[in-house]
Amino acid sequence: MGASAIIFYTFAAIMIVFSFLAVTSQKILRAAVYLLFALGGTAGIYFMVNYFFLAAVQLTVYAGGIVVLIIFSILLTSHIEEKMQKADAWKIILTAIVGLGGVVLSLFVITNHVFIPQANTGVEANMTTIGEKLLGYGAGGYVLPFEVISVLLLAAMIGAIVVAKRNKPEGNG
Amino acid sequence: MNWLYDFTYLTQSIHESLSRNFEQGTVVLIEMILVGLAFMILFALLGLVLVYAERKVSAFFQQRLGPMRVGKWGTAQTLADVIKLLMKEPLINKNADKFLFNLAPYIIMITAFMTMAALPFAKGLQALDFDIGLLYISAVSSLGVVGILLAGWSSDNKYSLIGALRSGAQVISYELSVGLSLLTIVILTGSLQLSVIVESQANGWWIFKGHIPAVIAFIIFLIASTAETNRGPFDLAEAESELTAGFHTEYSGMKFAFFFLAEFANMFIVSALGATVFLGGWMPFHIGGWEVFNNIMDYIPPIFWFFGKVSFIIFLMMWFRWTFPRLRIDQLLTLEWKYLLPINLMNILVMAFLVLMGWYF
Repeated sequence: MGASAIIFYTFAAIMIVFSFLAVTSQKILRAAVYLLFALGGTAGIYFMVNYFFLAAVQLTVYAGGIVVLIIFSILLTSHIEEKMQKADAWKIILTAIVGLGGVVLSLFVITNHVFIPQANTGVEANMTTIGEKLLGYGAGGYVLPFEVISVLLLAAMIGAIVVAKRNKPEGNG
Repeated sequence: MNWLYDFTYLTQSIHESLSRNFEQGTVVLIEMILVGLAFMILFALLGLVLVYAERKVSAFFQQRLGPMRVGKWGTAQTLADVIKLLMKEPLINKNADKFLFNLAPYIIMITAFMTMAALPFAKGLQALDFDIGLLYISAVSSLGVVGILLAGWSSDNKYSLIGALRSGAQVISYELSVGLSLLTIVILTGSLQLSVIVESQANGWWIFKGHIPAVIAFIIFLIASTAETNRGPFDLAEAESELTAGFHTEYSGMKFAFFFLAEFANMFIVSALGATVFLGGWMPFHIGGWEVFNNIMDYIPPIFWFFGKVSFIIFLMMWFRWTFPRLRIDQLLTLEWKYLLPINLMNILVMAFLVLMGWYF
């Protein structure tokens, strides 16, 4: 077993163990931290296959953005002594069956798929290529979806501000 | 003395001598361990030197002498402090979440290590040279706030929690300004790779070549990175007069030392980043066209240039800390969202226009 295999299995083990812990932990902040580790493991795998851009995006958006947001909201709403209720037995069994079904389905597809080794390694995804594709308006460019998503995000942001902003109480001067 | 100017020979010869004796997988593992050890030693040295420097600089600004008793000029003071911290009892609150409480200092330390790994220290002396260098650094350094938030919450102390929430709001806001001010220079370089950014400054540093927008970006970077590392005048997260010690109130002994060390390491990291992007990193002071002058400057090895520039920015940050009074939380957020961010966005537009017209050197 080579060095890369050892590193791969370490990351895989980290991801599996911490994803499992994230859904079974009864303390909500610990669950968020386990989720952080699972996402970090995914980023590690991306780094391993030399897909640096996606790895950095994974770290910025998921680990640095979403998990921090989750932790922040937990800090504002919950107390250190609170514990989540244990789920009912039938709920646990049901979700376990659904989860196992997903695992079996994925394994079935992966093991039955015949992977054809490719002679060329494909396009090297460096920053320039990604940037030119993302903002390209010629064939194979993504500028339209990129702009549409920006408008959608802007709308969501304005909506959030409108919902969150309360009118000033009247009569207080 | 050739190796002092170009570390490629040194790293190559280490790699080759290892390759002769071991097989490839083992070589990679040994090199990982060597690089890790080198960074740990650097970390420890930085802690020792910077803590001493901070105390001496603060004494200088307050017209005191600072530590003078342990060793000549008090140089062994930090070493004595380390021994004291090692012998202290690690205390944990009864109701604290022990797992998260113990985890938090390590998260901060690990993010500091991961960021430092991508910095170019001298020619050929860089552990990770991605083509997404700057993006990687901003991605990894955004994880550090998790450690602060966890430390504050798991301590089960209201001062810690308030400190953590303040610091969370602060770091998340100021991250934007740091990223955008670096982006202003990326427009000029056209690359995020740190080694390419350094090479592009061979005929002058970007702060000189980029005119006024580069200077504005540098000033914004200094302010925002001081805030991002939770240093004064933005040290609201620890504000000793109101919050005892903020998020690390309940920590003692080595775990406290980790927070302390990480703060200084982060200061070094942002200074190194600023030096690399704005002041040419390890590139000596060159002026395009002046061959003789450039050759004279090349006699000073790059690693001294790098550490010289970093010390200059660190000195600026210490100067801020001991000169300005602490801001209030609303002033802090106003400064970021109403002043720095709009100025920064306008600055990027101006810079893009300059680059489009070719009005830079």
